[in-house]
Amino acid sequence: MALYSEKVMDHFTHPRNVGVIEDANGVGEVGNAKCGDIMKIYLKIENEIIVDVKFETFGCGSAIASSSMATEMIKGKSIHEAMQLTNKAVAEALDGLPAHKLHCSVLAEEAIKNALKDYYDRNGLPYDEKDFPDCEHCGHCD
Amino acid sequence: MTVYVDNAATTKMSQTAIDAMLPYMTTIYGNPSSLHSVGQEAKEALDAARQTVADCLGCEPREIIFTSGGSEADNQAIVSAARLGERKGKKHIISTAFEHHAVLHTLKKLEKEGFEVTLLDVREGHNVTARQVKDAIRPDTCLVTTMYANNEIGSVLPIAEIGAVCKEAGVPFHTDAVQAVGHLHINVKEQNIDMLSLSAHKFHGPKGVGALYVRKGFPLVNIIEGGAQERGKRAGTENIPGICGMAAAMKEACDHIDENAAKVSAMRDKLIEGLSKIPHCAVNGDLKNRLPGNVSFCFEGIEGESLLLLLDAKGICASSGSACTSGSLDPSHVLLAIGRVHDVAHGSLRLSLCEWNTMEEMDYILKEVPEVVQYLRNMSPVWRDLQTGKRAYIL
Repeated sequence: MALYSEKVMDHFTHPRNVGVIEDANGVGEVGNAKCGDIMKIYLKIENEIIVDVKFETFGCGSAIASSSMATEMIKGKSIHEAMQLTNKAVAEALDGLPAHKLHCSVLAEEAIKNALKDYYDRNGLPYDEKDFPDCEHCGHCD
Repeated sequence: MTVYVDNAATTKMSQTAIDAMLPYMTTIYGNPSSLHSVGQEAKEALDAARQTVADCLGCEPREIIFTSGGSEADNQAIVSAARLGERKGKKHIISTAFEHHAVLHTLKKLEKEGFEVTLLDVREGHNVTARQVKDAIRPDTCLVTTMYANNEIGSVLPIAEIGAVCKEAGVPFHTDAVQAVGHLHINVKEQNIDMLSLSAHKFHGPKGVGALYVRKGFPLVNIIEGGAQERGKRAGTENIPGICGMAAAMKEACDHIDENAAKVSAMRDKLIEGLSKIPHCAVNGDLKNRLPGNVSFCFEGIEGESLLLLLDAKGICASSGSACTSGSLDPSHVLLAIGRVHDVAHGSLRLSLCEWNTMEEMDYILKEVPEVVQYLRNMSPVWRDLQTGKRAYIL
């Protein structure tokens, strides 16, 4: 299908890291069913390293592909490296997304940051609020 | 294997239609407005096609205006009725909440000009009644425009009853019959229809050609200016190959309406019955008064575009009212109009059949769709929340 790149279709039809981590120590969920996309990210962090990551996504093909790609990009990385993940990097790794689907990569970035924030909160670690933009800032659900 | 079940979007052309077009691209290429013999041969073809289309609708040939398709016909019909109403000081239009955008956007434009539009509620039975139309008619109503059958959910409206109500009240009645022509028996005189839009590619004809039936004496306003074609009501050299292809396809479809409807509705009913077994789903549309080929569902906990992409990977070409397929972010206005909430409206699937589909294809669809729905539910956080009781089922 010409709508999406081969990379997107590969990650959509063979998503990596789908599922749940029962003993996750960082969980983030963004989006809402009303606007048609929800992403949930589960992180298992040991010694500041993301040793495992899983996702669940309700959404379109590019939302599922973005979740899959984003989890692959942070698996095995430190939480500090994961914090540097941008939606742009996710979209580029997927060989691009159609313009009206870019919000899917934004959602992936936010879901991961949301899960990291949860980890910081659970462990009482200090962080800068500015590093965790609100889901609403993309305007997708307006 | 390709299973094409998106016939409400467009159909494959019939060989009859293709054969009817070819001479007008090779040997009879004249302009019907030309006086010479090559032009006059084309003129004869145009007249014959007009007669065929008129016969299928039960009207006179001079009541048929050829257009570029259904959207143009809708635009011209609605704007014409509005201009006529305006001259009489009538600026109220009645329509329904689940019309095609060709109608809704034209009405929006008129609203900006000061027209008042009443969109009838379609939640009850996923349809409208003639009573609703009757109750909505006011002294200043200048047009009732309702679709004949809904493109997404297949509901067939009570057109003859609405026509009777409009006739009694003296209000012009237009129907967007794009999904109905060639599939349902239509007689514009018996059904008191003043204007009717149709499109060739919905019944195995070519794309880019359609027609507007307009009752003799009703004053049409031009959308396209620039020539005396179509009795001065639609300028532009006639699309002779397209028009001849449309007429041939229309005759073929109308000659076989009953046998096609029997075959197609049997496949439709098999799909509706089989897919209804998927837990937490709902059929959309009027189950009794329904297009022979329409199957429309909402599945809770999943999103329609991902469903379509996975089905496509399995060779099933379907459609959905899902936001993500159209490039807009809102789910289908039709599904919202019948009362589906956003969460559920996102998970829609439309399968639209034609007489060339087979029962074997239906078996294949019934095997694949439940698997794909389950696969997507298994990775959906919404489905998990539903299953674990964190979120209440809607369907």
